[in-house]
Amino acid sequence: MHFSFLAARKTPWEIIGENFTLLAFALLAFGGVLVLLFLIAGRANVRAQEWLKYLVFLVPALLLLLVGLIYPTIRTIILSFMDAKSENFVGFDNYVWAFTIPEILIVLRNTAIWVFLVPFASTSIGLAIAYMTDRMKRPTVIKSLIFMPMAISFVGAGVIWRFVYYFEPNENRPDLGLLSTIVKSFGGTPNNWMLEAPWNTFFLIVVMVWIQTGFAMVVLSAAMKNVPDEIVEAAMLDGASPLNRFFRVTMPMIRATLVVVLTTIIIATLKVFDIVRTMTGGNFQTNVIANEMYSQAFRQMNYGTGSALAIILFVAIIPVIIYNIRQLRLERTER
Amino acid sequence: MATVQTLRAKKRAKDIFSSPFASAAAWIIAVVWTVPTFGLLVSSIRPDTDINSSGWWNFFVQPNISFENYQKVLFEGTTTNPPLFQFFFNSLAVTIPAVIFPITLAVFAAYALAWFDFKGRDFLFFGIFALQVVPLQLTLIPLLQLFAKGLVIGDTTIIPDLGITGTYIPIWIAHTIFALPLAVFLLHNFISQIPKELIEAARVDGAGPFTLFTKIILPLSVPAIASFLIFQFLWVWNDLLVGLTFGAGSKEVAPMTVRIAEMVGTRGSGWEVLTAGAFVSMIVPLIVFFALQRYFVRGLLAGSVKG
Repeated sequence: MHFSFLAARKTPWEIIGENFTLLAFALLAFGGVLVLLFLIAGRANVRAQEWLKYLVFLVPALLLLLVGLIYPTIRTIILSFMDAKSENFVGFDNYVWAFTIPEILIVLRNTAIWVFLVPFASTSIGLAIAYMTDRMKRPTVIKSLIFMPMAISFVGAGVIWRFVYYFEPNENRPDLGLLSTIVKSFGGTPNNWMLEAPWNTFFLIVVMVWIQTGFAMVVLSAAMKNVPDEIVEAAMLDGASPLNRFFRVTMPMIRATLVVVLTTIIIATLKVFDIVRTMTGGNFQTNVIANEMYSQAFRQMNYGTGSALAIILFVAIIPVIIYNIRQLRLERTER
Repeated sequence: MATVQTLRAKKRAKDIFSSPFASAAAWIIAVVWTVPTFGLLVSSIRPDTDINSSGWWNFFVQPNISFENYQKVLFEGTTTNPPLFQFFFNSLAVTIPAVIFPITLAVFAAYALAWFDFKGRDFLFFGIFALQVVPLQLTLIPLLQLFAKGLVIGDTTIIPDLGITGTYIPIWIAHTIFALPLAVFLLHNFISQIPKELIEAARVDGAGPFTLFTKIILPLSVPAIASFLIFQFLWVWNDLLVGLTFGAGSKEVAPMTVRIAEMVGTRGSGWEVLTAGAFVSMIVPLIVFFALQRYFVRGLLAGSVKG
């Protein structure tokens, strides 16, 4: 808070000026160090270069990963066994808390629904569009439109969909939300969409599906282009129907890509917190682990429970990592 | 090669796939996908009286255009709630280094992992690959403490308190760290496929590891670097979590996403301002996306298509 107090005396342009001075300085320093390193190392003798190359090329990235990812992971594991202020060890208390408090159980349930529905829905829709547009003459416009949400931030998407889901409680006022208007025009009664559990979770999931479908479509449609025409034609000559061809020829041929798409979306879904935060703030039983972790750690200032939730998230992802590493190994040996 | 029969089959295939039904269905989905964004854009250019009295689709009945919402959200503000244009520049100041730093370090590391011979190289590569999925959430608390207090184990200070909390530096570093695993992986895929003969030839000509990098590796990796650049740009510009936590709540460094999320939370600001604000935050990524879509797709595919 004291920062905004300090800011009170500066105009926006002054702040921007200061910020861009720091920016210029940082970029110059970074560039300068690199140029200097290359000049010095480039002139060193051959034997010195043999170890200098590791120092310049490999060590910076490794150090950052060590300090920025590996150390924090270990530390979070330790914190998850300690109390709110990280002073005393409390054993498995934080985990017992996570799996017994009804509120958190709802959070876990919601996360499970997200992780199941989002990858399944976005991959299916993306696959369908990829197949429909596979032999189209000009699919570019269609694909660009469906792919576009990928460029929009989760926060922006949250705002967009808040307007779609807007509910006008006053019956005498016109409906401003698209969903309510559509429901009314079909003779239904609009609800306050964001309040009614468990349906509100599904409305939030729609937003994530809306974003991820384009990704699935683009990647799968590239994979379909790799399916040799001869195979499709052979199936056709044998009299396979379009549906048959899809499930017996195309699907098996793109199986590996399908798995990659699914796992990528699973990981993205587990980590998503912006959508829930922007649209419901995690209220009305829509919360997910990623958002609850933030609330526990930075609102309640409870590092113990916050860390435990982060670890639960991590454990949920581990099978996906193991699977991915296996796939990568296989691929490398095939090469 | 093609017999009459296969030619006919090919034609039939085209007919079925590009059947009017499939095209129509694809078009309908595309329109449904675009309507929400389009609605926001239309709302943002309507006068506030219109926005609050009728749905955006009424714009086509009474097309009143006003840029007042943009004027308001961009330039009107108080010292505690600065105007959005300040956050726009904050987003730029966050994004530029947060794109340049990780890509530079990742090209370096990818080169080392692809072309240096040393023990444990594969182990390192798989390790970095695995780190891709470490959720951001897992690192937040320790990293924030690290930035605020330095790193002290026992009585030995390993990293001192640098006094950088509330500046851009923690945000830049955090983004750099989180980008590295994917960046190293993607660039390694590309750099390891540079023909060995090329590298050997340069070595025979007396090029050391540094000359090799500047004369061969770097020029040849430009396409891969470009793809990842777009990727990382979109990711950083659209990020909320890192800006929110590592910005330490300072409005002087908070990117636009943080401000928009805050506007959603407070009941005070009306619809009209929020629509314009949200659109301002989307305009840069949308331009980048539509202008460079091809490279973006290439980057995505490099990471995920097999075979």
